[in-house]
Amino acid sequence: MVSEMEGDHFEEMDIEVLPSMWPEDIGTDAGKQFNVEKPKGDQDMLEEVTIIEEPTIVDFKRLLELTDYTERGASQLAHLVKHWEYKQANAVRLLREELDNLNKQREDVELRKLEILEEHRFEEERYGRDKRPISILDEVYDIWLEVPRRRNDVVVQNKRVEIDAEYDTVVYWKLRAMNLEKLLEASVQREQILTDKLQDSITNLERQSSPVEELSQILNRADNFLHFVLQNAPVVIGHQDKELRYRFIYNHFPSLHEEDIIGKTDVEIFTGSGVKESQEFKREVLEKGLPAKREITFETELFGSKTFLIFVEPVFSKSGETIGINYMGMDVTDQVRKRERMAQLREEIAVQKAKETELNKTIHITEETMRAKQMLATMSHEIRSPLTGVVSMAEILATSKLDREQRQLLDVMLSSGDLVLQLINDILDLSKVESGVMKLEATKFRPREVVKHVLQTAAASLQKILTLEGHIADDVPIEVIGDVLRIRQILTNLVSNAIKFTHEGKVGINLFVVSDSSSGKGEGCPQKFTATESRVSTNGQKEERHQSTSQTSSDGQVKSQVSVDGDEEEKDNSPETTVWIRCDVYDTGIGIPENALPTLFKKYMQVSADHARKYGGTGLGLAICKQLVELMGGSLTVSSREHCGSTFTFVLPYKVSTTFDHSDDPDELSDMANHDAVNHDTIESFFQFQPRTLGSLFSSNGDTNNQMLLPHTMGYTRSHKLNGFSHNSYSFPSNKVRPNDTASVEDAGSVVDDAETPCEPESSSSQRPSKQCQDDTKYRSQNPIADSTDHTEASIEVPEMKRTKEPQGTSQRQEKSQKSSQSISSSCMEVPKSTLKPKILLVEDNKTIVMVTQSMMKLLGHAINVVNNGVEAVCAVQRCSYDLILMDVCMPVMDGLQATRLIRSFEETGNWDAAVKTGIEQIVPGLNSSQNCLGSTPSTKKIPIIAMTANALAESAEECLANGMDSFVSKPVTLQKLKECLAKYL
Amino acid sequence: MEVGQLQRRLVDYTKSLLTEGILDDQFSQLQKLQDESDPGFLVEVVSLFFEDSEKLLNDITGALDQQSVDFKTVDGYVHQLKGSSASVGALRLKNACVAFRSFCEEQSLEGCLRSLQEVKQEYYNVKNKVETLFKMEKQIVAAGGSVPKTE
Repeated sequence: MVSEMEGDHFEEMDIEVLPSMWPEDIGTDAGKQFNVEKPKGDQDMLEEVTIIEEPTIVDFKRLLELTDYTERGASQLAHLVKHWEYKQANAVRLLREELDNLNKQREDVELRKLEILEEHRFEEERYGRDKRPISILDEVYDIWLEVPRRRNDVVVQNKRVEIDAEYDTVVYWKLRAMNLEKLLEASVQREQILTDKLQDSITNLERQSSPVEELSQILNRADNFLHFVLQNAPVVIGHQDKELRYRFIYNHFPSLHEEDIIGKTDVEIFTGSGVKESQEFKREVLEKGLPAKREITFETELFGSKTFLIFVEPVFSKSGETIGINYMGMDVTDQVRKRERMAQLREEIAVQKAKETELNKTIHITEETMRAKQMLATMSHEIRSPLTGVVSMAEILATSKLDREQRQLLDVMLSSGDLVLQLINDILDLSKVESGVMKLEATKFRPREVVKHVLQTAAASLQKILTLEGHIADDVPIEVIGDVLRIRQILTNLVSNAIKFTHEGKVGINLFVVSDSSSGKGEGCPQKFTATESRVSTNGQKEERHQSTSQTSSDGQVKSQVSVDGDEEEKDNSPETTVWIRCDVYDTGIGIPENALPTLFKKYMQVSADHARKYGGTGLGLAICKQLVELMGGSLTVSSREHCGSTFTFVLPYKVSTTFDHSDDPDELSDMANHDAVNHDTIESFFQFQPRTLGSLFSSNGDTNNQMLLPHTMGYTRSHKLNGFSHNSYSFPSNKVRPNDTASVEDAGSVVDDAETPCEPESSSSQRPSKQCQDDTKYRSQNPIADSTDHTEASIEVPEMKRTKEPQGTSQRQEKSQKSSQSISSSCMEVPKSTLKPKILLVEDNKTIVMVTQSMMKLLGHAINVVNNGVEAVCAVQRCSYDLILMDVCMPVMDGLQATRLIRSFEETGNWDAAVKTGIEQIVPGLNSSQNCLGSTPSTKKIPIIAMTANALAESAEECLANGMDSFVSKPVTLQKLKECLAKYL
Repeated sequence: MEVGQLQRRLVDYTKSLLTEGILDDQFSQLQKLQDESDPGFLVEVVSLFFEDSEKLLNDITGALDQQSVDFKTVDGYVHQLKGSSASVGALRLKNACVAFRSFCEEQSLEGCLRSLQEVKQEYYNVKNKVETLFKMEKQIVAAGGSVPKTE
C-alpha cells in the first residue's frame, strides 16, 4: 500500500514538474518498473512455502486458516512483510532519486533541443526580426550550471559551442546548429546508457528479492532455531481446534504417527487415567477463554505413568471467538516424584517432631507425676515412722495405770493416730499401685481360711450388734494360687467398710466360682499373675520339697512339714488351670445413693461430706480395692439400694491345680496337732459370727476344734485389744491394710503359718511374743480370740478353750512354757531388764553406726553382738540363735539381703547348704547348734530380721521384704526407731 | 568468762549449728544419749567418726586419682561416709555425700572431683564446728559449770 502510494506520489510529482506536453505514460512507466507486488498477506503468498520437518506435524491448511483468521497470525505476517517492505522502499527511494536526476537531465536536454529548434524556426521566420538569443543562451547556461550541482556523479559535457563564423551569418547559424546537433546526440546517447543501467538495476532487483522467498527464509530460520531449542526439551507442543482435535503437534519423542494424531482428540488417542482430565481441562480453557496451567498425572498404556505440567491457552479469531487452543506440556514426572518425596519426608519429619514433642511432654508429665508420687510416698513414709512411735508409745501408755479421764484422752489420741496411719498407708498403697511398684505374689492359700480370718478379725473388733457370716460354695477349690495379702486386704477393706455403714443386720461374704470373667464383668486378664511368676514359685517349692523329703527319713520332727509339702508337690506336678471366683461382700447397711455410685471408687471420694463427718475414713479404701482388683486382672463392682444395703462384688482369676483332691490323705495330716481342724477347715463352707453381746464365740458347722487353728492375725488383733482397750472401728483396718510395715509382716507370717502351723504352732506364736504379754501363755498364746474376749467381756470360752487344748502333747506344752517364759522377758517394754535378755545381733560395717547403735541399745537395756558383714552374720547365726537381727543392707563381702536369704533358707530347710554353696564354712552342724545354743528353740524358728537401709524409699523396703526380712528401719537409726522395732519384734 | 555466759554461748552455738544444717537431730539425740549413759560417749563417737571419715576421704581421693577410676569403689566409700555422717547427724556432710553418689552413678569424674571438694569442705567445716563445740563444753566444765542440755 505504502509503496503504491509512493508510486502515485511520484507520478503526481512528474505531472507537476512536467508541462502537459510531456507524455503521460513516462512517469507511470518509470513508476511501474519499481512497483513491486506488495505482500498484502494474501493466502497465495504462503502457498508457495513448503515446510517439511519431521517431528513437526502440521496441518498446513489449518496454519493458513490460522494466519488468515487469527490476529496474531496476521500480525506476525504483517511484521515480516513490513520489514521486507522497508528494505525495498529504501532501494526504491535511491533508484528514484537516480531516476529523478536522469529525468531532469533529459528534460534539460530536450528543452535545449526544443529551444534550438525554436530558434531555428525563429530564425527562419523572422530572419529580419531580432530576438534575444543571448538571453536564451544565458538561460541554457543556467540550466547547465544547475545540473552538475545537483548530481555530481552525472558527467555532463558542458562545452561551450564555439563558432568560428561570423555572428548572424548563415554560416554561423549552420555551424551552430551542427554543434548543437552533436551535443544533443551525445546527450541522447548518455541518456540511453542511463536507461540501460536503470533497466539492469531493476531486473537485478526483481530477481534477487522476492518477498515470499525472504519470508520463507525467515520462517525457516525461526523454525530451525525452534528445533534447536526444543531438540531435547521434554515438551509437547500442540494446537487443537474447537473440537479439541489435534491440528498440530510437536513431540520430541513421538510414539505415534502423524496420521494417528492429527484430527483426533486426546480421548481418541489415549486411554487411561488423566486423559479425560486433561481433555476436560482443555475444554474448560476453551470455554472460559483464559489461559491456565495444571498438573495432570497420566497413567496410560502408551507411556506409562507420567506427570505433565500443561499450559493451555485459548486461540481467538479476529472476531474474538475461541477457535482452538495452544497447548504445551512438560514432563515433570521426576520433579513431581521428588516433590512428593519431599512432601512425604517433610510430613514424616513433622509427624516425628510432633511425636517427639508429645513424647517429651508425656515423659515430662510422667516424670513430674513420678516425682510427685515419689515425693508423696517418701513423705508419707517419713511421716509414718515418727507417727508409729507416737501411736505405739500411746499404746504402751494405755497399759499403764490411768484414771478414766486420762484413758478417754488416750483413746482419742490412739484413734486419731490410727486414722492418720491408715491414711498414710492408703496413700502409700495407692502410689505404689499407680507407679507400678506394687508387685503381686503368687502363693497358695485357702480361700475359706482367708474368709474366716477376715470375718474373725472383724468380729474381734466389732462394736455393733451385727452378725458376720461367710458362705463358700462347694465348688470353690480348697487351695488356689494368688496374692493372698492383697486379697485379704481387699476383703478386709470391704468388710470393714460394710461394718462401718451397717447399724443393724448382717455383713457377709459369699464366695463362689463363676464360669469366667464375663459373669463378673471382669476385664479378664488372668495373665497378670504372670505365668513366670507362678512357675518360679512352684520351682522354689519343688526345691524345698526336695530337701525336706530327704529330711523325712532322718528326722521325724519335721514330718508334718513334709506332709504338707507333699501335698503341694502333688499340685506342682498337676496342670494348673485358672478359676474365676466371685466374691460378694454384702451388708444391710445404709446403702449408697445412685448418684454417688460413679464416684464411689474415686480417690478421696465419699458419698457426701456429711458421711465423711459421720463415719470418718480417708476415702481411699475403695479406690485401693479397685486398683488392687484390677491389678490382679479382675473387676470390682457395686450394687446398692439406699437404706437396704450394698453388695460389693469382685471377680478374680486364680490359678488352681485341677487334680487337687478334696479329701486330703489322712496320713498327711496325722502328725498335725490340729489335724481335725485342718480337715474341717478345708471343707468348711459356712461361718457365722454372732453379735458381740453373745461373746465373740463363733459358731460354724465345723468342729469347735477350728478355734485351735486360729490364725495369728487374730493374735495381733488381740494385742491391739490389749494395748488399746477400747478400739474404735478405725484401728481395725489400720492394722490390716498396712502393707509394708506391720500388717504385711503379720500377713506374711500368717501365710507362712498356713503351711507351717500344723507342725509347729508354737514357733509362729513365739515370733511375736511381745504382742501378747500374757501371763497364762500356755493357752492364750494358742488362742488369741479367747484372750481378746477374755480381756473384754466374755470369759465363758476359757474353759472351753482349755478343753480343746487338753489333747495336745505334753512335750509341746513344755516347749511352750519355756518359750513363753522367754517372751515374757522380752515382751513388756516397761520391764526391759528382765531376767532373760533377748539376743540381738547387729550386722553393720560402719563403725560409727555400730557405735551409735550400740550405745542406743545399751540405753534401751540391750547388749548386742556386732558383726561386720553378711558372711560373719551367717556364721554368727550358725553359732548361736538370735532373737533379733538388725541387718545393714549395703555391706562389703556379702550384703544383708543375701545373708538374710541364707538365714531364711536355713530356717526353712534346716541345713546350711545354701550358705555352703556361697563358700561359707559351716562351723557347727546347723540343727545341733541351734539346739545347743538355745536348747528348746527349734531350727525352724524364724528370726526376725530388720533391715537397716539408707534408702528410705518404698522400693528398697519392698526389696528387703522380698528377701525375707521382716521389716526395715531407715538410717540414721534413732532411739525411737530402735524402740519401736524392739517393741514389735521382741 | 562467767559460766552462765559460757553456757548461753554454747546453747546458741549449738542452735546455730542446727539451724545452719551442719548438724541435725541425730546429733542432739547422741548428746542426750551421752547424758544418760557415759559422759565421754559423744566425743568418742565423734572422734571415731572423724578418724573413719579422714581415712575414707583419703581412700576416695586415692581412688579418684587412679588412671581409670572405679566408680563403684568410690561409691562404696562415699556410701560409708554417708552412713556414718548420717549416724552422727552431720547433715550437710551427708547431703554432700548424697550428691556425690549421684555423680558416681553417672560416672562423672568431673562431678566426683567437685563433690569431693565439697565433701571435704563440709567435713572440715563440721569437724571444726564440732571441735569448737567440744572446746566450749570443756571450758564450761573447767569453769565448774555443767554442760547445758539442748532442747
